[in-house]
Amino acid sequence: MVPTNYYVILSAILFGLGVFAFIFKRNIITIFMSIELMLNAVNLAFVAFSQALGKVDGQVFVLFVIVVAAAEAAVGLGIIILIARNRQTLNVERVDLLKL
Amino acid sequence: MTSFLSSNAELVITVVKIALLLFIVLTVNAYLTWFERKVVAHMQSRWGPHRVGPHGLLQPLADGLKFLFKEDPTPAGADKFVYYLAPLLALALALTSIALIPFGPEPLPWKFYGKAIYLGIVSPDVNIGILALFAITAMGVYGVALAGWSSNSKYPLLGGLRSSAQMISYELALTMSVVGVLLMAGSFNLKQIIEAQAHHPERGIFGWNVWPQILGFFCFFVAAVAETNRVPFDLPEAESELVAGFHTEYASFKFAMFFIAEYTSMITVSCLCSILFFGGWLSPFPASWTFTHYLPSVILIPFGLWVILDGFRYETMFGRIILPGVGTAIAGLGAVFVLLPNVNEFIQAPFWLLSKIFVFLFVYVWMRGTLPRFRYDQLMAFGWKLLLPLSIVNVIVTSFVILARMTWGAK
Amino acid sequence: MTAPLVVFFVLAALAVIGAVSLILQKHPIHSALSLIVVMVALAGLYLLLGAEFVAAVQIIVYGGAIMVLFVFVIMLLNAGVEEHTNLSKMAGAPGLLLVVALAGFVAATIAKSAESVHAAPQTGELASTLGISNMIFKDFVYPFELTSFLILVAVLGATVLAQREKS
Repeated sequence: MVPTNYYVILSAILFGLGVFAFIFKRNIITIFMSIELMLNAVNLAFVAFSQALGKVDGQVFVLFVIVVAAAEAAVGLGIIILIARNRQTLNVERVDLLKL
Repeated sequence: MTSFLSSNAELVITVVKIALLLFIVLTVNAYLTWFERKVVAHMQSRWGPHRVGPHGLLQPLADGLKFLFKEDPTPAGADKFVYYLAPLLALALALTSIALIPFGPEPLPWKFYGKAIYLGIVSPDVNIGILALFAITAMGVYGVALAGWSSNSKYPLLGGLRSSAQMISYELALTMSVVGVLLMAGSFNLKQIIEAQAHHPERGIFGWNVWPQILGFFCFFVAAVAETNRVPFDLPEAESELVAGFHTEYASFKFAMFFIAEYTSMITVSCLCSILFFGGWLSPFPASWTFTHYLPSVILIPFGLWVILDGFRYETMFGRIILPGVGTAIAGLGAVFVLLPNVNEFIQAPFWLLSKIFVFLFVYVWMRGTLPRFRYDQLMAFGWKLLLPLSIVNVIVTSFVILARMTWGAK
Repeated sequence: MTAPLVVFFVLAALAVIGAVSLILQKHPIHSALSLIVVMVALAGLYLLLGAEFVAAVQIIVYGGAIMVLFVFVIMLLNAGVEEHTNLSKMAGAPGLLLVVALAGFVAATIAKSAESVHAAPQTGELASTLGISNMIFKDFVYPFELTSFLILVAVLGATVLAQREKS
């Protein structure tokens, strides 16, 4: 039996790394990926608590999060394709104009 | 030694089974190429391989040696790590998926230090069996996509792009088409899915899922063919447009790994089709027809005798030794089944499952010999506008029928 | 150390290495591969927690669909190696400190609440797929319907966004 604490700490570490990647990375696709990393870290905490409490709610929440992440990925990648098409770059620092 | 065996019996069984399954799957793969070439050749009024060994039976061996001895260049500017990772990933995932297939309900009649030996790597009772299989096949797309990207060449890149788009599109239909079966069985467990088809043992073939789920089966099979990148959905490797698609830059054994992965996933899909829709290891005959239990022998013994006779047509000693030897083994196996009723009862389940798998493999080859390739826009339109809505309709209709039965109790 | 603990540490190490590698890799494809490693390791952890269904969904949806979409877009746009300006490199150092502080704070806070969780009664075995489906289709049926609507909106949005304007 692994203590719930361990899962939660791992979840916090992953979330922190996700935040750092979100701030540090410059490629818009990688930034988007770090959001997915944060969502994953939160999911881990959900499942760990769900097991510790012996309730399924947490797992149901994880399923909802996954669905939302899928929807978000579809729209987000659509936006990224548009940006790349209009600006010819994926570097967020070069996407700094509100108009073309 | 004995103490090691008795304390680690489970581990030893699993390792031996993995080694055995690897050997069997790789051999079957090799002969599947022979079978495919032979069948397609005969469909096109050719002979197919017939030089190496009797009926070309040693051709796979020659091919295998050729793969091993070819030069293995890496394209300039390729991403080395990903380039080497891609074929490994493809092969490993394909082989893992076959480990989840149960080949029979009962463990072997004898035990190994008190541990039951099931047919198949894991015991048939995996709670999320079908989901785990889908999970592994879902990861399979990376092998193809990454191979296409890492080769640093335009045809492989196009092949990889096509394949990832195709696989995402058809995976939806693939998963949705199975939901009907899952609703009827009420379980993700492959064993329970098969047993749900045996509620009426006297119906035999008419109790299988194909009949109520004919729509689901159509969607599943088409989507599965697309997932395995086979004709008519072989756009990722369309040789007339993309040279060889995603594996253009791969040579030697890395190419062979893609090849083996593709054929292994064909076997997995055939297993899934027979398990989900065609009753898995159930016999197509009503349970009361016990005389059909001799069918394996009735097939094996004449086939073995025919192989023996055929061997004597050859002038080379080689052919005269191989074919009669193989024939004797086959006929002997059939004789064993007749003589030992216990063994005969035990092999019924694997026999039927393997025959169904064989039929599906033949259908695969048959399609390759018959159908032309889709155009890319046709492929996408077919997947999104026909297969996906059809499979959703199937889910809705199935759930309404199940609900109606539960409400009005019409059994 | 018991066997589950060993498995946990192996998977946790895999997840953390994957996340760090997501940051350190220069090429988006390599970052995507690292993220896939994290996701597979998390699926393993879910299995360890007894959440079979979530583990399978994690691999099927995250690993098999979302990440494939990412890889597809990276290949489609032919994204090259990431470039950093001097300013953004410098911003990394204080950012790292702040992130360590954040992670530590979050971990400490949640871990404290996790201790109180242990006092809660452990009700037998964790409900399986049946329990999850009961909960989704009974207790959470309206949110569930709403997510289907969300997906519809997302599909429409993505289609509109990715469509080329007719000139």
